[in-house]
Amino acid sequence: MTYDSATLEQLAKDADDIVSRYPVPRSALLPMLHLVQSVDGYVSPDGIAFCAKRLDLTSAEVSAVATFYTQYKRRPNGEYQVGVCTNTLCAVMGGDEIWRRVSERAGVGHDETTADGKITLERLECNAACDYAPVMMVNWEFFDNMTPESALQLVDDILDGKDVHPTRGADTVADFKSVSRVLAGFEDGRADEGGLAGEPTLAGLKVAKERGWTGESK
Amino acid sequence: MMANPHALIEGVAITSFAIRSNHSFIYLRGEVVHVYRRLLQAVREAYEAGHLGKNIHGSGFDLDVTVHAGAGAYICGEETALLDSLEGRRGQPRLKPPFPAVAGLYARPTVVNNVETVASVPSIIGNGVDWFTAMGTERSKGMGLFSLSGHVTKPGQYEAPLGITLRELLDMAGGIREGHELKFWTPGGSSTPIFTQDQLDTPLDYESVGAEGSMLGTRALQLFDDTTCVVRAVTRWTEFYKHESCGKCTPCREGTYWLTQILKRIEGGTGTQADIQQLLDTCDSIAGRSFCALGDGATSSIVSAVAKFHEEFEQHVALGACPFDHAASALFEYGAEEAVEEPVADAAAEPEAAVADEAAEEGEGHTPDDYDGTAAISALNEFARVNDPKTEKDA
Repeated sequence: MTYDSATLEQLAKDADDIVSRYPVPRSALLPMLHLVQSVDGYVSPDGIAFCAKRLDLTSAEVSAVATFYTQYKRRPNGEYQVGVCTNTLCAVMGGDEIWRRVSERAGVGHDETTADGKITLERLECNAACDYAPVMMVNWEFFDNMTPESALQLVDDILDGKDVHPTRGADTVADFKSVSRVLAGFEDGRADEGGLAGEPTLAGLKVAKERGWTGESK
Repeated sequence: MMANPHALIEGVAITSFAIRSNHSFIYLRGEVVHVYRRLLQAVREAYEAGHLGKNIHGSGFDLDVTVHAGAGAYICGEETALLDSLEGRRGQPRLKPPFPAVAGLYARPTVVNNVETVASVPSIIGNGVDWFTAMGTERSKGMGLFSLSGHVTKPGQYEAPLGITLRELLDMAGGIREGHELKFWTPGGSSTPIFTQDQLDTPLDYESVGAEGSMLGTRALQLFDDTTCVVRAVTRWTEFYKHESCGKCTPCREGTYWLTQILKRIEGGTGTQADIQQLLDTCDSIAGRSFCALGDGATSSIVSAVAKFHEEFEQHVALGACPFDHAASALFEYGAEEAVEEPVADAAAEPEAAVADEAAEEGEGHTPDDYDGTAAISALNEFARVNDPKTEKDA
């Protein structure tokens, strides 16, 4: 391993915290892989060795897990993971056209990173926000009801180094490493940022209130 | 979970108390970071308020709750794959039995429930069983979230008693988008056989939807209007299942791969009439033979679409092209002249290794583009025939 002593010390401390959440240490592997990405920006050979040593596994066993899940990246990831949903519902509602334009603007295809390391582009599988279609995600924050114009603006802002603002999520999108640390189970103090539920989420409730329906009326 | 995570945590506490479990886990997909932030915070708040932890409110009952983020694998929605993932392994389904209630997480008795189910517990406890069972039908009791998306005026979540119809839901949601008609829809997400206008008045409960040949599933009602190409929709769903197939069993892993090849041929206008029958044959080799329900689900949209829109598949073959204007389906306007061919990524900006890796992942490294897969499909069908219980009986 090539981590310096300060990094290794912090990693070890965080790993202890993660392991303490579970009755059996191996359960800590998924969050520990997120933790490794928060330090290295991907699941590095060093990171695999670290997880293996801490959990008393072989590096092959850790690699087998790391390669199964799409959120674990096998080469240095861009600062922003930009996904365009091209599963059926979003694709038909315009996701295919958004993908075409975004890919053209960024100059990269699926699972490729821009030369400046800003954006890794992804054709997303369903992110369970079909009622907000077409959907994009940046570092796993929701950008709802997208159009080609709003999508290109989003890409331009990221490439220009500006903050970008999710429709539902934190006030600004944190970078890939910071978000990976949250996914390892470490709070970043931003849970209260952003609104509550979006309009489609409350659509049924709104109709019920307008029509005076309650659960007890039947 | 985003707006009111405490309802879920309350449900977790009540459920755990009921089954005398002292450790519960909330497994959240990793691709929704803000939801995870709020769940982490809500669980911490619940500990601080004494609703979780040791000797909760002097009851003598202890409960720890761990919120666990996944890492991008749809299959982890299958309960035993979820358990393997939670144990720090590849998320692949386990052989059942034993069922999780007998030997689940760490081989201990485990109850695995959907978040919607658990979150509904506090309201049922609060309002009483009679309140809950007064809603719904004789056999499908209670309420649930019906999620309407697609070509509908007001997409969103509509909580309603089981047994409501799509016509009634559309009345709340402002109908199909203006100037268009409903063409096809999924009653329970992409793994359930599609419906058409013929099922507008089918009560959306487990029995009635089943009697019409589909499943209520997740109640993800995806609605598509008359501008939508059903072949395009089905092809994309199949690509999803190919991507998410965990690789454990051969029928699903290989079958979804070849289904995608055939569907892309048909959609792209290079398919043959025989391809349509081949689709059904290959589906027959997967459904009922895959290790878990993912393989079955992958075939649902295909078999139902071919049955209900056979002529549309034939039209793609006869025309040698898709007869639909995809721009007409989009929710924004864009000109046909803008929709040129797929852009080619700037190869110069990419390291060679990245390109090579992608080819390997797509499985193109060992399959020439002009190979149509006939041999592999024949082998798969032969495998299915040999392993068919009926064949064994006859022999």
